[in-house]
Amino acid sequence: MAQAAIELIGINKSFGAVRANRDINLEVERGTIHGIVGENGAGKSTLMSILYGFYQADSGEIRVGGKPVSIHTSNDAIALGIGMVHQHFMLVDNFTVLENVILGAESDALLKSSITKARSELDRLEREYGLEVDPDAVIEELPVGLQQRVEILKALYRGAEILILDEPTGVLTPAEADHLFRILKQLKDQGKTIVLITHKLREIMAITDTVSVMRQGTMVATRTTKETTVGELAELMVGRRVLLRVEKGQSEAGAVKLSVKNLTVKDQRGVTMVDDVSFDVRGGEIVGIAGVAGNGQSELLEAISGIRHAVSGEVMLDGKPIDLTGKADPGELRDRGLAHVPEDRHHVGLVLAFEENENSILGYHDDERYLKGPFLDVDAIMADAKDKIEKYDIRPTNPRLKTANFSGGNQQKIVLAREMEQDPGVLIVGQPTRGVDVGAIEFIHKRLIAMRDQGKAVLVVSVELDEIRSLSDRILVMFAGRVVGERGPDATEGELGLLMAGVEHQEAAE
Amino acid sequence: MFNAIVQVLDSTIRLSVPLLLACLAGLYSERAGIFDIGLEGKMLVGAFAGASAAAVFHSALIGLGTAILISVAFALVHGFASITHRGNQIVSGVAINFIAAGSTIILGQAWFSQGGRTPALQPGERFAAITWPGADAIRDVPIIGPIYAELISGHSILVYFAFAMVPFTWWVLFRTRFGLRMRAVGENPAAVDTAGISVAWLRYRALICTGILTGVAGAYLSMAQNGGFVKDMTAGKGYIALAALIFAKWKPVNAMFACLLFGFLDAASIRLQGSPLPLVGKVPAQFMQALPYVLTVILLAGFIGKAIPPRAGGVPYVKER
Ligand SMILES: Nc1ncnc2c1ncn2[C@@H]1O[C@H](COP(=O)(O)OP(=O)(O)OP(=O)(O)O)[C@@H](O)[C@H]1O
Ligand SMILES: [Mg+2]
Repeated sequence: MAQAAIELIGINKSFGAVRANRDINLEVERGTIHGIVGENGAGKSTLMSILYGFYQADSGEIRVGGKPVSIHTSNDAIALGIGMVHQHFMLVDNFTVLENVILGAESDALLKSSITKARSELDRLEREYGLEVDPDAVIEELPVGLQQRVEILKALYRGAEILILDEPTGVLTPAEADHLFRILKQLKDQGKTIVLITHKLREIMAITDTVSVMRQGTMVATRTTKETTVGELAELMVGRRVLLRVEKGQSEAGAVKLSVKNLTVKDQRGVTMVDDVSFDVRGGEIVGIAGVAGNGQSELLEAISGIRHAVSGEVMLDGKPIDLTGKADPGELRDRGLAHVPEDRHHVGLVLAFEENENSILGYHDDERYLKGPFLDVDAIMADAKDKIEKYDIRPTNPRLKTANFSGGNQQKIVLAREMEQDPGVLIVGQPTRGVDVGAIEFIHKRLIAMRDQGKAVLVVSVELDEIRSLSDRILVMFAGRVVGERGPDATEGELGLLMAGVEHQEAAE
Repeated sequence: MFNAIVQVLDSTIRLSVPLLLACLAGLYSERAGIFDIGLEGKMLVGAFAGASAAAVFHSALIGLGTAILISVAFALVHGFASITHRGNQIVSGVAINFIAAGSTIILGQAWFSQGGRTPALQPGERFAAITWPGADAIRDVPIIGPIYAELISGHSILVYFAFAMVPFTWWVLFRTRFGLRMRAVGENPAAVDTAGISVAWLRYRALICTGILTGVAGAYLSMAQNGGFVKDMTAGKGYIALAALIFAKWKPVNAMFACLLFGFLDAASIRLQGSPLPLVGKVPAQFMQALPYVLTVILLAGFIGKAIPPRAGGVPYVKER
């Protein structure tokens, strides 16, 4: 057997009362790609952050290349040849690519020589791995895919031999993800060791050599990828059998609840993002909007939910128009029975500094149920929050916990619980399961289908084709701001993929 | 008329120096992500310590050194509260201001018994004006004469130091490793941490720079502009410096112009006291004194471009919640 690049032995780590890692053992062979999967909050990021010296383990031993090491800061980890691309990027947004790359790896007290050196080194790395990015671009002006490249470049620039990637594909388009995997394979061929955390079991099967499964802070299994299946991994993760595709009956579409006509939306720069889009959503059906990220789905959702100004067109909710100036009162739309689960839960869906119970009524806090005269009825809010926590299996189960302390998947459940429990007539959901583990995906899908069966109109936007296919009664495909096709739930992946790539669209145009 | 203008400009320079030093001081800490409302207090203890030490040891340099030392010590207290113990930076800053205001009076009275003043400084104990070569010779040449003799020559060494700190600070911020890291830690400390740099040590170093500069600012007030310490002699300059810092959008060269502008308003208000202006008539001195704040509010309201503070400013760096 080849030598282990990393060995973690008996790692324990608690955050206050939360035991994020318990007695974890992990061995990663040199020159392999090792996957780590697990539910939201299982402790994957924590474990890797310990290896990277960002957190300190409470107890346990780390060996790198067979030798016991003590890693107190990220500096120690970097010196041992460990690099990490964090789940939430660690970049200085208003710095250039070059500045971000040299930060902490400057060659001397003045910047000049570091910059010259980094420029030529970046040039080499870019050519070697196809990691093109303009060294003088400012980070906040780059799309996330390129920001991630900068993170990888940062690690390689520091001479990383062991590269940890924490959910790298969560923010990538499929093409970007493919490119990333080609780079990872190339790195592996050069003898580098890669640890990949992801929720997408398909990616695990496609690229890893071995895979470890974590559940509630413990390491439950390690498998050779070739000898396992997606089903087995899902079951190991959640501790029970998981339906990767939720069963649903025939839809019974009723009256039109949401109607979009000739909607056109431009972004801040005046570029047309949604181009003359029309469709209806009826009660009792789920309409899915598929498309590669950035083809206007986000803008469409925002316009329909009254947050973004639309240039022209109209949106009718139960036969009455919605204010499309971008100044619609969200409270009024809620009263009219429109609930919205935004794509970006951190910035739009939640106030991370609030307690869970506060977020679970946010936006509905004027509702009589939560009021006692002019004051909030704290008891009623707590009872309501506990109820939702139980119903939606939100973990940890403490409604007084700050929302920032919940893992991503559980934060998503908080938003979903809030919006679904209001019993809206129309529900629009952006990326229902982004960054969410398979167990929670199954749960969320079941809830969405239950809403449909109660006769609600549900509009789902997702970049996950599997999700769209398993949920939708009708699938609309968006490309370059237009709806380029409508298909039934039995459309094949290839067919949708071509539409999403705009292939048929272009042929039709010719 | 021309002479009057030169005189106003001359006092503009003298009045803007303490603002400029305090403003640059604030720039170091705020760029590193630590709000420092305690500039006022640090300047005040600097002024007091400087004047006291100079009076006791009969040396301007010992005075300056002491001013810096004490001011840095206060900066470190702010650091201990807000970096090490992740306290609220505004509260810590306000506390420093209170301690400074009270302790300077109490200690001054206890040591010198002159109603909170320190003994008047003798010539060798304070920073004298430096006359540049040839200044007296060309004083009477029209235009250039007064400009050279009044504006350029005839200030204490601390004035030149303050203006030299402007390009120096720019150079530190944008051309050195320390500057790069400092700017980064004010924007995203987690990025600095994961790059293998200690966030706390970096922020402490920035605060030491702050302390040095507020110390010099204090020494300037009590040992150059005046010949001794008077209670509350900073008179809100620390706050105006903060306003100037926002006005300057946290950039060194802008900071110089903002401080010159605010210093000019101050000089003009003194000059105009009682005398009516053409067209507008008499301008109340309070109006001129309020202008720096009014201008800053207008800026913050978004009328003159946008002032975006360092993103991590005011937030203690907490890894494990
Ligand atoms: N900095 C922190 N302070 C306090 N608690 C934390 C912190 N980071 C993580 N936790 C908690 O530790 C547990 C493990 O979190 P971790 O981020 O490691 O999960 P994960 O497996 O990466 O989940 P996800 O798939 O959602 O990213 C969670 O319960 C989380 O709330
Ligand atoms: Mg994670």
